[in-house]
Amino acid sequence: MTINANVLIASLLDGLLIGFVYGLAAMGLTLIWGVMDVINLSHGALIVLGMFGALLAVQSWGLHPYIAFIIVSIAGLFLGVIIYYIAIRRVLEAPELTTLLSTFAVSMIIIGGGTAAFTTSPRNINFNLGTISFGGGANVLGTKLAAALLAAMVTFLLYMFLYKTRIGKSIRAVSNNRAAAELMGIPSMQILALSFGIGTLLAMGSGALIATLFPFNILSGSVYELKSFVIGVLGGLGNPIGSLLGGLILGFIEGLIPNFMDTSWTPVIEFALFVIILLVKPQGLFGSKD
Amino acid sequence: MRRIILSPFLWIGIIILAAIATWPMATNNPTLREELFLILMFITMALSLNIILGYTGYVNFGHIVFFGLGGYLGIYVMSTLHWGLFPAMIVGGIGASVFAFLLGAAILRLRGAYFALATIGINETMLALAGNFQPFGGATGLTLNFRIYKLYGGAGKALWLAFALLAAVTIIAFIASFIIEKSKFGLGLMVIREDEDAAMVMGIPTPLFKNLAYTASAFLPGIIGVLYFFKNGNIEPGEAFNLEMSIEVLVMIMLGGFGTVSGPIIGAALYEEIRSSLIVNPLLQSMHLVIAGLLLLAIILFVPIGVVGWIRQRVPAVRRYLE
Amino acid sequence: MNNESILQVDNVTKNFGGLTAVNHVSLELHQGEILGLIGPNGAGKTTLFNVISGVFLPSSGHYRFMGKDITNLPAYKIARLGIARTHQVVRPLNDLTVLENVTAGACFGRENQSLGQAEQTARAVLDQVGLIQKKDILAAKLNLPEKKRLELARALAAKPYLLLLDEVLAGLNPTEVANMLEVIENIQKDNITILMIEHLMHAIMRISDRIVVLDYGQKIAEGTPKDVVNDPKVIEAYLGDPRVAQALAAEGKE
Ligand SMILES: Nc1ncnc2c1ncn2[C@@H]1O[C@H](COP(=O)(O)OP(=O)(O)O)[C@@H](O)[C@H]1O
Ligand SMILES: [Mg+2]
Repeated sequence: MTINANVLIASLLDGLLIGFVYGLAAMGLTLIWGVMDVINLSHGALIVLGMFGALLAVQSWGLHPYIAFIIVSIAGLFLGVIIYYIAIRRVLEAPELTTLLSTFAVSMIIIGGGTAAFTTSPRNINFNLGTISFGGGANVLGTKLAAALLAAMVTFLLYMFLYKTRIGKSIRAVSNNRAAAELMGIPSMQILALSFGIGTLLAMGSGALIATLFPFNILSGSVYELKSFVIGVLGGLGNPIGSLLGGLILGFIEGLIPNFMDTSWTPVIEFALFVIILLVKPQGLFGSKD
Repeated sequence: MRRIILSPFLWIGIIILAAIATWPMATNNPTLREELFLILMFITMALSLNIILGYTGYVNFGHIVFFGLGGYLGIYVMSTLHWGLFPAMIVGGIGASVFAFLLGAAILRLRGAYFALATIGINETMLALAGNFQPFGGATGLTLNFRIYKLYGGAGKALWLAFALLAAVTIIAFIASFIIEKSKFGLGLMVIREDEDAAMVMGIPTPLFKNLAYTASAFLPGIIGVLYFFKNGNIEPGEAFNLEMSIEVLVMIMLGGFGTVSGPIIGAALYEEIRSSLIVNPLLQSMHLVIAGLLLLAIILFVPIGVVGWIRQRVPAVRRYLE
Repeated sequence: MNNESILQVDNVTKNFGGLTAVNHVSLELHQGEILGLIGPNGAGKTTLFNVISGVFLPSSGHYRFMGKDITNLPAYKIARLGIARTHQVVRPLNDLTVLENVTAGACFGRENQSLGQAEQTARAVLDQVGLIQKKDILAAKLNLPEKKRLELARALAAKPYLLLLDEVLAGLNPTEVANMLEVIENIQKDNITILMIEHLMHAIMRISDRIVVLDYGQKIAEGTPKDVVNDPKVIEAYLGDPRVAQALAAEGKE
């Protein structure tokens, strides 16, 4: 395979833009992990729920996809809080296996209900913003650029929220040491519920963005959930900002690999990287938590 | 040893399993055989996973990897090297165990959720690798030549043979689980589950014990992988390394109650029964995943020790019969 | 008591990042004695136990047990050689019964007993520490004093030559303390050497043959209980903790 510089640059650019969206999805997973030590196995199902939420809002209500993105995200916040009170709260102190399975049960319910309602046939949101040229043959789709910008914006807002507001600081305090935070008078139950809500917001929001880029069906969530795991480990589990960097790295890899070998090798390399990083640097490339 | 051999639980269990195995043979009922094939397969998967999950306390999402790898190795030696079913089963079992031993040396250093995540990664790596590995047929996988069934008296007979062998493997899984639970080794594993640092200070060589448990848990899945795909006639990556199935086996153990021998058995049988009855009912069919999810959630929230744990707690008198 | 040395700790240091928890400590234990290890909170006593039992590798220094250098051995090998310990924060194996807890201690201890033998040992030890009636209860269900006994029983069942006791008296009421002291004295009569950390001054002074005092990771005094309580450096070390200082002074006057 000969490598064409223009093609390489275009595919790297493409990969990096998607990386922002991957990073956003992973932030949801890693925020929840950091705050309450729960690996949310309903993450993929929630991403898919975001996709279908956006699809419905666009097709049935005729909303603009980015308005749909905002609405779906807000709905995610509420849904997350509800899921927390039903499925997480009671088992928070139980061994890992319990929360793994309770979130997996939530995933089964969402995907089962989704399959009954929407079948597993492929869908897509018909939406086009043309092509934007960066010169030298490096063209990217407008929808990808816009999705990357939106994802970057949400990341910035999340950063400001976590580091500059009182509630955000409380979330970080609980994440660092729940017992100590409680001694300082931080109501940890509400903070945990809110964090699960924000994690769900991020998952569903990223789903709404992905839906504007690629076709999907009700089972697509597991692909993005696994990518979120890889990113979470790259960026450090529990470190939401590291997720953005992890997302960019994963996007970069996905842009790079097809230039050198068959695309089917991409998951092999991604997952091998995932296992290796877990083994040699489980706190992630950028450190976990703060 | 006396305590093991004289246990009423052991003998009742063997008799029940043997009865289940001979039932479709006695009635010459292939439909029943196919149903029971799945149930026995899941019982063995659950019992073997229980060694590392239930006794040792390591959450393994990649148990299916051993099933898939064993299946691939077995089908490969049968289709390409023209070996028979029995040597293929041995290759599958030993191959899966050797793989587990090498892998375990690396990943069993990880604890808690990090180990669980790594096993998901291993599962997905194997899935992606199998799709690219040409000797194993890449994405299309391997297919057995129909002629191979002739060696076993034709396809019809071969299916009965596969079932009988699976039943034997299941009984072995049951006996082995019981022996492990009642052994010094098993006690060591349970100490690791409860507190790994304390285990080390108490003199338990934890790295060795964990790896032996992991290696042991891989052996029978490797064998039934060969049986399952022999019966199937072909193997492809998505079916061999199906993460969902790994998680289903976990759910079965939870349903029955982990860290006991009867828990995984009862859990696997219950789960399969519930699922198949949901699938045949047209009203419930489309909602079977939702119902299974609700059931799982209810168990986790309200009966986290599983059905067997719950019975043992309520009716201490039955403990001798429900180990 | 004979004077044969069983454990020699030679210049051991343990750093955690910038913090030196144990600082060039040397000490020696003689066969059959009870050596008390005291010092204010955070002095590094538990860390020294963790190093001796192989939980942490020391940053520098060596230690020998019964003539063998065990500095770099993993914890389970050290345990097999005959060092058993209890934990300051009790670590019951919650989902196992009391009998199973102690059986496990015997099984994997110095004598590497078979399961059947180990269960016999466990019953005997549970009897010795007064926990035999509770043998079929899950360890999680015990109260704190019982958990402390369980911790001791599990260590004893390993049939160690050297027993490390980390604050086994803390949190016990006076009757329970008296019971526990009696149990410990009986252990000594079985010719098991004991290194014990304790904050309860009157108890440790009564039971120890010798005392070593740590402060900020360093050994600041060593000697008979009488020497130690009259040592101004020791009183000074405890100034931050007036109650203990008073208790020390009271011991000194007797
Ligand atoms: N695992 C550890 N990591 C970091 N610091 C530790 C660790 N264990 C103990 N320390 C620190 O070492 C010092 C000594 O602690 P410790 O040995 O527990 O004291 P003691 O038992 O005498 O009260 C303390 O400052 C403590 O915070
Ligand atoms: Mg201490």
